[in-house]
Amino acid sequence: MAESNIQVEVPQVPVTPSWAMLRTLGGIAAISGLLVVLAYQVTAPIIAENQRLRTERAVFDVVPGAVSKRDFVLKPDGTIVAAGQGARGDVIYGAYDASGALKGVAFQGGAQGYSDIVRLLFGYDPGCACIVGMRVLKSTETPGLGDKIEKDPAFQKNFTALDAKVGSDGTALANAIVTVKHGSKSEPWQIDAISGATISSNAVGRALNQAAQVVVPAIRRSIDILGHPNPSATHPSAAQ
Amino acid sequence: MSIPTNRAETPTLDTFVRGLWRENPVFVMLLGMCPVLAVTNSAINAIAMGLASTFVLLGSGALVSLLRNWIPKQVRIASYIVIIATFVTIVDYGIQAISLDLYAALGAFIQLIVVNCIILGRAEAYASKQPLVPALVNAFGMGMGFTLALLALGGVREILGNGTLFGIQLFSDNFQPWVVMILPPGGFFVLGGWLLLFNWLRQRAARKQIEHTGAQANAS
Repeated sequence: MAESNIQVEVPQVPVTPSWAMLRTLGGIAAISGLLVVLAYQVTAPIIAENQRLRTERAVFDVVPGAVSKRDFVLKPDGTIVAAGQGARGDVIYGAYDASGALKGVAFQGGAQGYSDIVRLLFGYDPGCACIVGMRVLKSTETPGLGDKIEKDPAFQKNFTALDAKVGSDGTALANAIVTVKHGSKSEPWQIDAISGATISSNAVGRALNQAAQVVVPAIRRSIDILGHPNPSATHPSAAQ
Repeated sequence: MSIPTNRAETPTLDTFVRGLWRENPVFVMLLGMCPVLAVTNSAINAIAMGLASTFVLLGSGALVSLLRNWIPKQVRIASYIVIIATFVTIVDYGIQAISLDLYAALGAFIQLIVVNCIILGRAEAYASKQPLVPALVNAFGMGMGFTLALLALGGVREILGNGTLFGIQLFSDNFQPWVVMILPPGGFFVLGGWLLLFNWLRQRAARKQIEHTGAQANAS
């Protein structure tokens, strides 16, 4: 009786040989690898083009009137060289109008906002020595409050001709760019904060000041390099 | 929720509609709550997430169904996860190719489709036991059910929280948006509201059924 009970408890599962499991997992991994690599190969050029277009759109956005751009690298020693020569540093973008003249330079900045680091792109016009555009690249600020730094037209108006003159020694801005309380802007280098979004507004000011203190003097020093775009790299319409 | 069946099913309209209504993955089975709450802050994000999940459901459903007699029981979960991860990677590249802004808006939730229980649940409970055609029909139904549920949440949240639908302004400037609706708590409020509505409808239908059969019993 006891023996038959034991026999009943033995499950009637067919034994799966190890090689069958290995074969299955190996086979599926091979199919998976094939599909993933195929998808990557098909989409990689499209994604690269999307990224290029997105950067270009952002640059043209912060430098009004620009129709072509060229990448430069700001090296840690403060010199600017054309990108793609193995130079390491922050990328900045020269923006040119239809005749190929330098319209402005776009550079990135970032500072801690309310919820995370806000990444921004600024446009600097060497003609008026001022900031002519600001655009949010990445932000997780609170919808309806902090994200007004992207949408609020009155705040955006701060960045149409914000003073960014270089001081007499040529190493820093003459006046540090600061964000001031809403409604108390009195100098051309001040940013009028959004009421109710002070922390995010301050982040924009800090990001801009930090970046501009380094980038703007460097631009002034290397204006010749920036001002002569490589003809092969310019937009086709620039040649007309 | 679904009764696991080992019998091959002839695909009918019900194979498809089940996912939309009676076994709706969100409103009935309460699966995949992570993307449901996280990416439904606008209608367009909701639709993109729904379609991405549908693509993964279709792709993994097809492959699991085709390989069902070839996958030993002991390694099935590992196999399904690799298959699902493959299609998620493809959809990840696909969305980057379609729009980088959309990709940024959906964030990590595209990659997280891998661990969406709706998809593994379908592979385990349905595709692994059914031929290709019913598996595809069922996966498509479930995907559409998921998309509609996300859209139901995303639409309400975008209208109330931003005053827009698909980015189109609906109200005059006098409308004060309920910002809380596009913040995380809004996801819970709107989901709660929809679940209330769905359960009320289902209970009412069940009560009608009982009254109907009761009346029949009395008549005979």
